[in-house]
Amino acid sequence: MKKTFFGGVHPDDAKALSRDAKLTSFLPRGEMVFPLSQHIGKPARAVVKKGDSVLAGQVIGEADGFVSANVICSCSGKVKAVEKRRSISGALLECVVVENDGQFTKAEGFGDRRDPAKLSKEEILAAVKAAGIVGLGGAGFPTHVKLAPKNPDAIRYIIANGAECEPYLTGNDHLMREKAGDIVEGLQILVGLFPGAKGVICIEENKPEAIAAMEAAAAGKKDIEVLPLHTKYPQGGERSLIQAVAGVDFPVKSLPADVGCIVQNVGTVYAVQRAVCFGEPLFTHVLTVTGEGVERPMNLIVPDGTSVAEIIEYAGGFRGGKEPKKVLAGGPMMGFAMSSIDVPVVKTTNGITILASDPVEKAQLQMTACLRCGRCTTVCPQGLMPQMMAEAWEAGNEERFEVKLYGLDCIACGSCAYICPAKRPLTQIFKQAKAEIMAKKRAQAAGGKK
Amino acid sequence: MQIIIITTIAITVIGAIVGAGLVFIGNKYKVEVDEREAAVRAELPGNNCGACGYAGCDALAAAVAAGEAPVNGCPVGGGPVAEKVAAIMGVTAGATEKKAAFVRCKGSCEVTKNHGTYVGIRDCRAAVNAGLSLTECDYGCVGLGSCAAVCPENAIHVVNGVAVVDEGKCIACGLCAKACPKHLIEIKPVAKRVAVQCSNRDKGPVVKQVCTAGCIGCSLCVRQCESDAIAVEGNLAHVDYDKCIQCGKCAEKCPVKVILPPRQG
Repeated sequence: MKKTFFGGVHPDDAKALSRDAKLTSFLPRGEMVFPLSQHIGKPARAVVKKGDSVLAGQVIGEADGFVSANVICSCSGKVKAVEKRRSISGALLECVVVENDGQFTKAEGFGDRRDPAKLSKEEILAAVKAAGIVGLGGAGFPTHVKLAPKNPDAIRYIIANGAECEPYLTGNDHLMREKAGDIVEGLQILVGLFPGAKGVICIEENKPEAIAAMEAAAAGKKDIEVLPLHTKYPQGGERSLIQAVAGVDFPVKSLPADVGCIVQNVGTVYAVQRAVCFGEPLFTHVLTVTGEGVERPMNLIVPDGTSVAEIIEYAGGFRGGKEPKKVLAGGPMMGFAMSSIDVPVVKTTNGITILASDPVEKAQLQMTACLRCGRCTTVCPQGLMPQMMAEAWEAGNEERFEVKLYGLDCIACGSCAYICPAKRPLTQIFKQAKAEIMAKKRAQAAGGKK
Repeated sequence: MQIIIITTIAITVIGAIVGAGLVFIGNKYKVEVDEREAAVRAELPGNNCGACGYAGCDALAAAVAAGEAPVNGCPVGGGPVAEKVAAIMGVTAGATEKKAAFVRCKGSCEVTKNHGTYVGIRDCRAAVNAGLSLTECDYGCVGLGSCAAVCPENAIHVVNGVAVVDEGKCIACGLCAKACPKHLIEIKPVAKRVAVQCSNRDKGPVVKQVCTAGCIGCSLCVRQCESDAIAVEGNLAHVDYDKCIQCGKCAEKCPVKVILPPRQG
């Protein structure tokens, strides 16, 4: 029995659609849009203005504050405007719009290989920060912040997250198959930052090729281990991974670093390797375009800022020319629906899933009252009681939701809503509840300061 | 037979002693109740909406009787109730203005579009939290009726994609204003009809792209106004209801007709 965590579900992974498609580089033609907020934390500050010429790899948005990240241009051309545009999440964000000249001329200052062993810790962290690297698993937390925990000596594990438990997506799978050596080197750089740490590469066992490739690359390296994990959703969640790797159940309100772990997506580890060994900033990333509603599911390396519409067109357009029911940014479990495809992809967009049918719409028609069967409780990876939480929230009992039922610990993985036989929109209720409670707390904190 | 007589006598005696005790204690620890409080309470509407700022009609009645709240403290009852309460309290009621909720958005299906179809919990707050902007305009009414769901008087409804208030029924309790995730609803005097039906703070050209009835912040209304009652702040006009004299010149000049004209006659 492979290592795993408590709870979880087994959705149809649908990875067969794009499993055999090799990584292909895609160079877009149209205008490129770079939102200045592609990460958690404060938006970056634009350092270019209308009419400026920019090159691929040039910093166009500078990190503003500690928890913030640089925004890098991925093409060459002229800045058309710095204005509000609709982002992939649907919100209007301040963006730098660049007219792409199609040349992709690279800026100077990167490309030459340097030896990471000769760089000091500070130089490595500075390189990561300058490259604008954020967590590519989806959350987009600035990596240089994550790599600077309060207790560097207590870090035992650096976990490279290649679980890719999200159904449909296969980008990380291919990245591990094709760039195994680079990922191992990147992980070694990260392990080198912490004296007591060991690198663990976690891969779900439904990716045998990736496991084989990583094992071959890590062979003979003492501080790196490849750990195949049981295939179960949400195995790739930060907390689920730590439970599987370190065997610790971590207390509520603690961070991974508090239990001696740092989790980085394999995409992030690869970006770190590029940044440290070549000084290359993060401006392309791996993206899977897949689903029943697209002609040719593919694994692509796309420049940030490419329009979703252009990517779909490159993948052969919608299947049969029919407009699909739903286009998701990300996979079907954690991803969110888009209201328009004329939006740019950002650093954290690791998938575009095009669904020919919408399960949510069907579920809504079948929704009934809670049956009190308790299946949500058995699958919750956080050990929460979703049915009680939903009941408390719907009854307006915020305190019970937050204090007694630990509602804020929900990671919104969607397992409860997936398993619910009454088809209740549990995850959406929790997302809303969390957002409202957090908004209230922020307002209180702001009021307290005055 | 004897037992019955003894029992009856014993119970009568005990009853008399306990009764006398209760009367004595009752007199000694009497709580002074203001008769006016009960009278005021009887005049209040009794739906415990909390619009007055107190925890319900009982609390308001107590506060009025104690002189802490004004006699016209109940916004729901308005003038008639205030007069009755004033009579009980032996003062004259000040003028009360009837207030009602007002939706600062005109974004019906004719003037703006929805993009995408939202599937999920039918609640504006849930939809906004899902990160989707359902309407082209980021500031406008979502139209899923969170306000209608909380209204105790059934006075607000989503009509043609935008919330509309029935001023006759509205009791100005403000619950809808709290429920609206876009903060579109304000409580304003019913008599002051001139008001801007928009909350979009974007610049003119951006507004024009998303809505044909949105305020473009052109300031034409400000120039028309003789009583300095309208101001443009952050590309959005807003009427100061205390200063407005209901002349309607701003509404006439407004190029997008987003200002409500004064009532005719």
